[in-house]
Amino acid sequence: MTLAKLQRGRKYVINGVNASDPVVQRLMVLGLVEGAEVELASSAIGGDPIEFRMFGNAISLRREQAEHFAVSLTSEGE
Amino acid sequence: MSKLAVTRVAADQIPVRRHPSQNIAVVGNPNSGKSTLFNRLTGMRQKTGNYPGVTVEKHAGVTRVGDQVIGLIDLPGMFALSSHSLEERIASDVVLGRIDGMDKPAGILAVVDTTHLYQGLYLVQQLIEIGLPIMVALTMTDAAEAGGIRVDTEALRRRLGGIGVYPVVATTGQGIDVLKHALATLAESPPPTMPKLWVELDAASEALARDLPATVPRIEIERALIDRDSELAAEVERSLGPDGHERMEEWRTRLFGSEPPLANEARRRYGWVREVMDEVQVRAPVIATLSSRVTRFLNQPLPGTIGLFVVMAIVFQAVFAWATPVMDLIDASASALGSAVAAALPAGAFASFISDGVIAGVGSVIIFLPQILILFLFIILLEDSGYLARAAYLMDRTMRSVGLSGQSIIPMISSFACAVPGIMATRVIPNRRDRIATILAAPFMTCSARLPVYALMIAAFVPSTRVGFMNLQGLVLFGLYMLGIIGGLGTALLLRKTALSGPKPSFALMLPEFRLPNLQTVFMQLAGRAMIFLKRAGTIVFVVAVVVWALAYYPRSDELAATRADRQAVIDMTTTGDAAEAALRQLDNESAAAQLEQSYLGRAGKLIEPAFAPLGWDWKVSAAVIAGFPAREVVVAVLGTVYAVGDEADEATLAARLKGATRADGSKVFTVPMVIGLLIFYALCLQCAATIAVIRRETNSWRWPAFAWIYMTTLGYLGALTAYQLG
Repeated sequence: MTLAKLQRGRKYVINGVNASDPVVQRLMVLGLVEGAEVELASSAIGGDPIEFRMFGNAISLRREQAEHFAVSLTSEGE
Repeated sequence: MSKLAVTRVAADQIPVRRHPSQNIAVVGNPNSGKSTLFNRLTGMRQKTGNYPGVTVEKHAGVTRVGDQVIGLIDLPGMFALSSHSLEERIASDVVLGRIDGMDKPAGILAVVDTTHLYQGLYLVQQLIEIGLPIMVALTMTDAAEAGGIRVDTEALRRRLGGIGVYPVVATTGQGIDVLKHALATLAESPPPTMPKLWVELDAASEALARDLPATVPRIEIERALIDRDSELAAEVERSLGPDGHERMEEWRTRLFGSEPPLANEARRRYGWVREVMDEVQVRAPVIATLSSRVTRFLNQPLPGTIGLFVVMAIVFQAVFAWATPVMDLIDASASALGSAVAAALPAGAFASFISDGVIAGVGSVIIFLPQILILFLFIILLEDSGYLARAAYLMDRTMRSVGLSGQSIIPMISSFACAVPGIMATRVIPNRRDRIATILAAPFMTCSARLPVYALMIAAFVPSTRVGFMNLQGLVLFGLYMLGIIGGLGTALLLRKTALSGPKPSFALMLPEFRLPNLQTVFMQLAGRAMIFLKRAGTIVFVVAVVVWALAYYPRSDELAATRADRQAVIDMTTTGDAAEAALRQLDNESAAAQLEQSYLGRAGKLIEPAFAPLGWDWKVSAAVIAGFPAREVVVAVLGTVYAVGDEADEATLAARLKGATRADGSKVFTVPMVIGLLIFYALCLQCAATIAVIRRETNSWRWPAFAWIYMTTLGYLGALTAYQLG
């Protein structure tokens, strides 16, 4: 499961990043790394780009990059 | 005792530290409340300029604590020490002391938004490792508490190796006095002692430092190891000798394995950040704020997009409708002043220079100010409230279809008022290729200087009939706007496919929370940007106006002047009252037209006429277009003079004259295909010296402005040619 497939209203945690793409590296500098808790906040018309909340920050990225982040539901995510 | 002696005594008592010898750098994430805090600390005592060699704005100011004066530099917002965007690189270079002509700061005031501790602490950790005296201001503690976050500052201070941590609310001033007193002693305080988080990196830089000149600080070696593609890395590799790159790569492999160094750094540091957050952050009950509810509503795709169009419509309405009365007033005052001066001075070159050169020149600069100020005001309000980032996010998909990203949308929208601030707004675009493509697309947008010619031509030659529910005149104007948009986006697409091809532009953007803009910050920014616009564009537009005046005025023909004097004598003798006045005005206009015909400008028009003949232009139109190349807004005035209705003629008079204009063989000059061609030419051409200058500045080369000028002129010519030949 990747960051591109989140459902609204659930909490996820990033558990793997494919960091070869420089844009993904930038997103990691912005805080999208393993252990970061994320929630889907919104998407633009057409479903792309998407916006996530992460420790009180809102960050937006394209689906294409979101595919590089593996996530799982947190224990409290249900 | 004389007064002089008293002043001397007073001067002696001025404290020695009158001027700050060393500055404190104010560093923080974008939207961390950094600028609001900076403004709070410095008040009006600040200066806006540029960093040497680049177009990043530099804000410096001073704050007083007792009789001590402390210099502060407000750095561009940054998420990390990095070379990611121009602004982030400049901010990094300042704190590392790598800017030519600027001392390394004496200390760092790190600004951390309490609601965004996660990213804030990441930067703080990097800053601490620089080794300069450092302290932390925790901003927005009020918003954090409302949002359910309280921070244990004592625990945070311990985790940061004992450096000062000061909670403040910059908007109300709470905590500012304590912060200021701490700032007063910051430069003398010892460097931070937080244990190195990254022992292996420390060892690597120590080993490499032995082979490097002592002038290269350890922190720079460490950044060079991590930020592999930066200029800093290239510099360190060069200083290491011919095998520098290999040696650094060797160390990188040893430190990071196959993992990209930046990714390794992010994982490591954020691991530490999460640990610190768990320890210092105390959850408090959440209050649903208005802003979070607004955010939630506008986060839905459809309301968000509709909201964006409403906001853009309001900005357009403001820029065009609200500014018009003020612009008309400026226009009228400038002409009235010009006429008054012309009447008061003895007729001749000097009077004409003052009224048609200087006053008209200053007028043509300040006439744009109302629009520019309103545009800047809205952009700053949108920026400060956090909405601009959201606009970029919502428009990303559309912009992607032409090979750009959402971040190009703001420069494009600004360019509808004026391309100069639009091009300056491209600085936020991190990728150079995206940025240049946006810069070259911006001048196509229909700026306000194009409107007078559009209005004149449309009113004169497009019948005001209804087409469906729209007026044909409105439809043509709309078509010209669309032509600009299509031209700009098409150019961006073309460039991204050819000269500027490269990886698809990325889009990774922090979306700040909605927030009421701080009035002081808005005002300071507005004043700063207006000054930069006046300096940058104003001087050029003024010089151009004077040069165009000279070309249209010189050389004077004595023969024509003698003829005019004779005719005036005849009128004086034969007519009186209103009839005399009308006759004199007509004589003035005809004489001005005759003088223009043999002026340098008139001769240039005739010289170039064959080149423009395939577009259906005679020498008069050609001369007006040539005059418009350095500044398109003068075209209407030149047309007024050349068609002998005076340069201040109202639109209807000039339109009637244009309609009646014929060639030697009696055929009409202004036919519908010719007018459409002229409008297309005008829509597509780069007739603006200020824009050319700003492209040169922002791209740091003459190549791009030269390309833009040739490309747009060719496009305009071909467009006009097609329209005329097909028509």
